[in-house]
Amino acid sequence: MTHSAPADPSEIIAVRDLRILFPTRDGHDTVKAVDGMDFEVRTGETFGIIGESGSGKTTLGRALVSLLKPTEGQILHQGVDPAALGAKAFRKHRRDYQIVFQDPNAALNPRMTIIDSVIEPLEIVGEGDATSRRRRGIAALERVGLSPEAADRYPHQLSGGQKQRVNIARVLTLRPKVIVCDEVVAALDVSIRGDVLNLFADLQREFGLTYVFITHDISVVSHISDRIAVTYLGKLMELGPAEDVIEHPLHPYTRALLSAEPIPLPSHLRVDRRIILEGEIPSPVAPPSGCRFRTRCPSVQERCAAEVPAWREVRPGHRVACHFATAEGPPPDQRQSEKTTVMGGPTCV
Amino acid sequence: MPTGVAAPLLAVRDLSLSFATAGGALPITRNVGFSIAPGERVGLVGESGCGKTVTGLSLLRLLPAHNAQVRGEIVFDGVDLLKLSPRRMRAVRGRDIAMIFQEPMNALDPVFTVGDQISEAYRVHFPVSRAEGRDRAIEALREVGIPAPERRCDEYPHQLSGGMRQRVMIAMALICKPKLLIADEPTTALDVTVQAQITDLLRSLSERTGTALIFITHDLGVVAETCTRMITMYAGEVVEDAPVDDVLTRPRHPYTSGLLRSLPGLSARRGVLSSIPGRVPSPNAMPAGCRFRARCAHAAAGCEREQAMIEVDAGHAARCWRATELALRGAVN
Ligand SMILES: Nc1ncnc2c1ncn2[C@@H]1O[C@H](COP(=O)(O)OP(=O)(O)OP(=O)(O)O)[C@@H](O)[C@H]1O
Ligand SMILES: Nc1ncnc2c1ncn2[C@@H]1O[C@H](COP(=O)(O)OP(=O)(O)OP(=O)(O)O)[C@@H](O)[C@H]1O
Ligand code: SF4
Ligand code: SF4
Ligand SMILES: [Mg+2]
Ligand SMILES: [Mg+2]
Repeated sequence: MTHSAPADPSEIIAVRDLRILFPTRDGHDTVKAVDGMDFEVRTGETFGIIGESGSGKTTLGRALVSLLKPTEGQILHQGVDPAALGAKAFRKHRRDYQIVFQDPNAALNPRMTIIDSVIEPLEIVGEGDATSRRRRGIAALERVGLSPEAADRYPHQLSGGQKQRVNIARVLTLRPKVIVCDEVVAALDVSIRGDVLNLFADLQREFGLTYVFITHDISVVSHISDRIAVTYLGKLMELGPAEDVIEHPLHPYTRALLSAEPIPLPSHLRVDRRIILEGEIPSPVAPPSGCRFRTRCPSVQERCAAEVPAWREVRPGHRVACHFATAEGPPPDQRQSEKTTVMGGPTCV
Repeated sequence: MPTGVAAPLLAVRDLSLSFATAGGALPITRNVGFSIAPGERVGLVGESGCGKTVTGLSLLRLLPAHNAQVRGEIVFDGVDLLKLSPRRMRAVRGRDIAMIFQEPMNALDPVFTVGDQISEAYRVHFPVSRAEGRDRAIEALREVGIPAPERRCDEYPHQLSGGMRQRVMIAMALICKPKLLIADEPTTALDVTVQAQITDLLRSLSERTGTALIFITHDLGVVAETCTRMITMYAGEVVEDAPVDDVLTRPRHPYTSGLLRSLPGLSARRGVLSSIPGRVPSPNAMPAGCRFRARCAHAAAGCEREQAMIEVDAGHAARCWRATELALRGAVN
């Protein structure tokens, strides 16, 4: 056991000052994939994570389920630091924390039948006998809406959405407490995304699961999440109740991200002002000093290069890392007049 | 032709496409037809595998010759491209019609500078000196919003970010001032903030230069913000063709309506999402008549009859027997 304070039962995961660094390929530098994050995941909630490519979402997700060790800081699972457990206790502990990845094919061996893939995790932990494993596998397949006939098929005989259901069934057999979902609907067609998202919601109600839902699709994350965290270059920019973050963002980055989301509405209904961010996310090898969003921030001021913004609670349960954000919202866009366009109207890039 | 109606830049008629396989010809698209006016921006949407990319490639005759069979007409500027000699087709490709793809890295040559590659794209069609080619390349890079184009011109593709490389591809595609640009998922691999930059760029370049655009995407939001018209494909057929605002407000084909209703939307939280049950029939087991029938909540007796596009409104057509009677929901409640 760790020496930390007794676990708060409402927090299933606590992340403390987390850093995860990788050596670059040439070995001369360090990639700061996760560079100082502090937050907690509450029992039974859906915790959404959005952010641009390379901002450290997958790295964080893998660390949350102990597939990666923190370089610095701690990840506590109900007060327990899995990194401090012995090998046997760790194996037992780990099955409570599972992850499903984006590519529906990645976890499925093309030469194994569906049922064999589904019960593989049970075999690895050595649970039950062959008959009971098969029974549990079939039950899990049925629970995700696949008929027992699908059990003896091979992956290439299923559609993408069906394969993603198989992946969900695979982790369900272990009866985990937490499932990290890393871009689980990104590879699916729009017409079947809804199905898979509804399934996640049903399973949560039924089993009291906690989800960490990673995606770069803002509409998906806002639909499914109770709270939303926004990542940028290895750090959290903002974290708060989903509705609050979507309706009243506090960070200039969140505001820009939301305005960039293309919305399928006819032109007369599109009134939002679009903020076009300049440039792209900088390299996590040498992130900008001070606030790491400053090279693209439309509200940047001198102080932003000199000081790292504190991670502060500005509204109840709503934290932000920006020097100038207030309970009213993000600081004003300094370049508003030139850099925004009325969507559907004339452009100026 | 009545006065006031511009002749279309492109008219595709009855384009049917199949691939030769060991098990016989595999039909992929059937009787695809649409036309595009000069300067028009058209979004081409539909489920994965419905034939968007192969349709785009067939317009440029870029499908593999050894197994692709193409029938129909592709009339561009009054000439049927399918009847052109390979040499004359090469002259059209890149000069009159250009195409960009999802992954620009595959289309760029790693051993040449971006400036050389853009300038070469021009010099293939127009006899200018190297120096003038370079000037044109720098100008093209400036047009697509690349800062310090004189310097970037001498860099190699791997030195650029994904968004930058897509800008280079656009610069290369537009340097000959084509009349039509086909963009196949050009922003799908990019972050949403960079996607917004690229779609705005494509739209404003098209508005300024009069280049028509076929924008292949699965993102209806991108179509809403970039295009003037939307064509929906399903299982190898065009099922709806309409002005963007019309189809978003009142789709006339149950499949388009289903797609619009499947989107979570930015504020609707926590409700049950709708989806379209079932899956696309496989190419060698296509049902007769309406191909969407097995998934359609409105299917009725008669839907198995051979179909055609039905014009339901000015410029709005749908391949659905019940298109005029159904009141389908769009993106707006
Ligand atoms: N094993 C590794 N070795 C070196 N660098 C790594 C490794 N894993 C990730 N990185 C780097 O860490 C950074 C964060 O990567 P990560 O995959 O976590 O981002 P992400 O937010 O999931 O991005 P995406 O949206 O593209 O999936 C990136 O710069 C990535 O290249
Ligand atoms: N060279 C080829 N040989 C045989 N079949 C092919 C070939 N290229 C494409 N196909 C098939 O043609 C069909 C249509 O493919 P296409 O790439 O046009 O789909 P798409 O609508 O662009 O889908 P996506 O959204 O996934 O890009 C698919 O079933 C595909 O497998
Ligand atoms: S701290 Fe400065 S640069 Fe960072 S988000 Fe706030 S205003 Fe922008
Ligand atoms: S023709 Fe019939 S089955 Fe096909 S889309 Fe229309 S109503 Fe549905
Ligand atoms: Mg990732
Ligand atoms: Mg395609």
